[in-house]
Amino acid sequence: MLRNKGSLKTKNWLVYAVFVGPAVLLCILFIFLPLVIGVYYSLRDWNGISVSSNFVGIQNYVKALTDDKFIGTIGFTLKYAVVMVIGYNVFGLALAMILNMKLKLRGILRAVYFMPIVIGTSTVGYLWNFIIGTFLPFIGKTFGIGFFERNWLAYPETAFLSLVIVSLWQGTGYYMIIYLAGLQSVPSDLLEAAQIDGAGLKDRFFKIIFPLIRPSVTVCLFLSIVNSLKSFDLNYSLTSGGPYGTTQTIAYRIFLDAFDADQLSYASAEAVIFSLIVGVIAIIQVKASRKKEVEM
Amino acid sequence: MKKEYNIAIFSIEVILIILACFVVFPIVLIFINSFKTNGEILTNMVSLPENISIINYVEAVSRMDFPRKFLNTVAISVFSVAGIILFASMAAYKIIRVKSKVSSVIYYGILFTMAIPFQVLMVPVVIVAREMHIVNTMQGMIFMYWGFLLPMALFLYCGFIKGVPRDLEEAAMIDGCGQFRAFFYVVFPILKPITATVAIINILGVFNDFMLPLVMISSEKLKTIQLSMSVFYGTYVNRWDLIMAALVLSILPALVFFLLFQKQIIKGMADGAVKG
Repeated sequence: MLRNKGSLKTKNWLVYAVFVGPAVLLCILFIFLPLVIGVYYSLRDWNGISVSSNFVGIQNYVKALTDDKFIGTIGFTLKYAVVMVIGYNVFGLALAMILNMKLKLRGILRAVYFMPIVIGTSTVGYLWNFIIGTFLPFIGKTFGIGFFERNWLAYPETAFLSLVIVSLWQGTGYYMIIYLAGLQSVPSDLLEAAQIDGAGLKDRFFKIIFPLIRPSVTVCLFLSIVNSLKSFDLNYSLTSGGPYGTTQTIAYRIFLDAFDADQLSYASAEAVIFSLIVGVIAIIQVKASRKKEVEM
Repeated sequence: MKKEYNIAIFSIEVILIILACFVVFPIVLIFINSFKTNGEILTNMVSLPENISIINYVEAVSRMDFPRKFLNTVAISVFSVAGIILFASMAAYKIIRVKSKVSSVIYYGILFTMAIPFQVLMVPVVIVAREMHIVNTMQGMIFMYWGFLLPMALFLYCGFIKGVPRDLEEAAMIDGCGQFRAFFYVVFPILKPITATVAIINILGVFNDFMLPLVMISSEKLKTIQLSMSVFYGTYVNRWDLIMAALVLSILPALVFFLLFQKQIIKGMADGAVKG
């Protein structure tokens, strides 16, 4: 067919393009192009509807960074992320360690704890909206438990607590199975030997188990940080960002500004700031855990 | 820790079982209440229903147009995942096999996009979709999932293909197999384990996604289950009988899927996380 070397090379490149082309095209079209467009509009004053818009420089960024509401959502998101990262990892690791023991029902328990993650997060939010907003007050009134009588979702502190509980209910199982996979690679004879040598539970955990599951810790930390920072679905369905906008995450604020308030340019600036926050935190985390892994 | 099953472990197990009951409780509660009348729910939420009636389900199914929403969601999930698998595996294969500057630029370029949260792209991607006239269409949603979910899939495929020896495909090509046939008949079947992982993560991801349908879909007949549930909850305020049934309906498909493929799902999610 193609005898000469030059056209063979061309043919190979054509094949290469057919294999790789669609993936590259999709990424450019739906990721790189929107990224550029996002930055472009963040420097203009477009509302998303009008035909024309003007260049306004960094005005949207200045406005965002001096907007108490937006700063408030950053604060809330960071607070939520810190609580969730600790919660997911502490409970996830604890459950994994316990389920790594020789329990009779361990297969079923593992499946039950994992199950909520397969349900859509927005539906989880509505389900719990009923439980917390209607069922618990009903229980509180019926049995006279004052703690439950008022609607938790109507007060900032308890709304935040509700968000944390529901997130834990849904997400902990996911981190649990990642930790379990890590724990299963810890040789049990090593632990037995340590126990015989008189190493207590604490020593066995910090000196043997923890260093050996370090890769799982890194993965879980990374995933829990990024997922909590990106949180949107629950804030939309469980608390609707309320009460008084106290449970709005950055993602939720961007959504409201872009599609409810028709401030597309302003929302784009917020989105750029948001991606910088996520990026910086992710880089710090990866760098920090790399350093720790090397030290081992 | 090969201890015998003793009283200490037994008590831990009991605590875990109680905890497991708390985990399933909300789902059991709405399931029980989904058979009650609205009045019954409001007067007693904890008791078993007086009589089992599926009238709530009949009404919720028709008001939500559930069969259509279910088919929409399944169609979007299946086409999205099929495309992701096809495009990601093909691209990953050449990126790993052809060592060149172009390959590494593409690899790191796509890897970089994994760090970008969808929430950042949410606004401008709708602008792109408007220009392409794919807002509020099924194919628009599918194309977008191809774009958003491809980087992760590609990364998983690249990691796997690195460990696949070239011998088989080279033998096939010496036997006169073209590059495409060599890929689809020889290489692709070897990729089955990682394909399963990619499929599981993404099917659940797309099936349960809420944000993209929320910003992309406005016509009622194109809505997904998650989006309909959201609308339903806002529309039928205080009709708890209907909401209970609708909640069960929205949860059921994912739950059935989980019960059928429990092992694969747990393994797939763990593998996907660790290798990604």
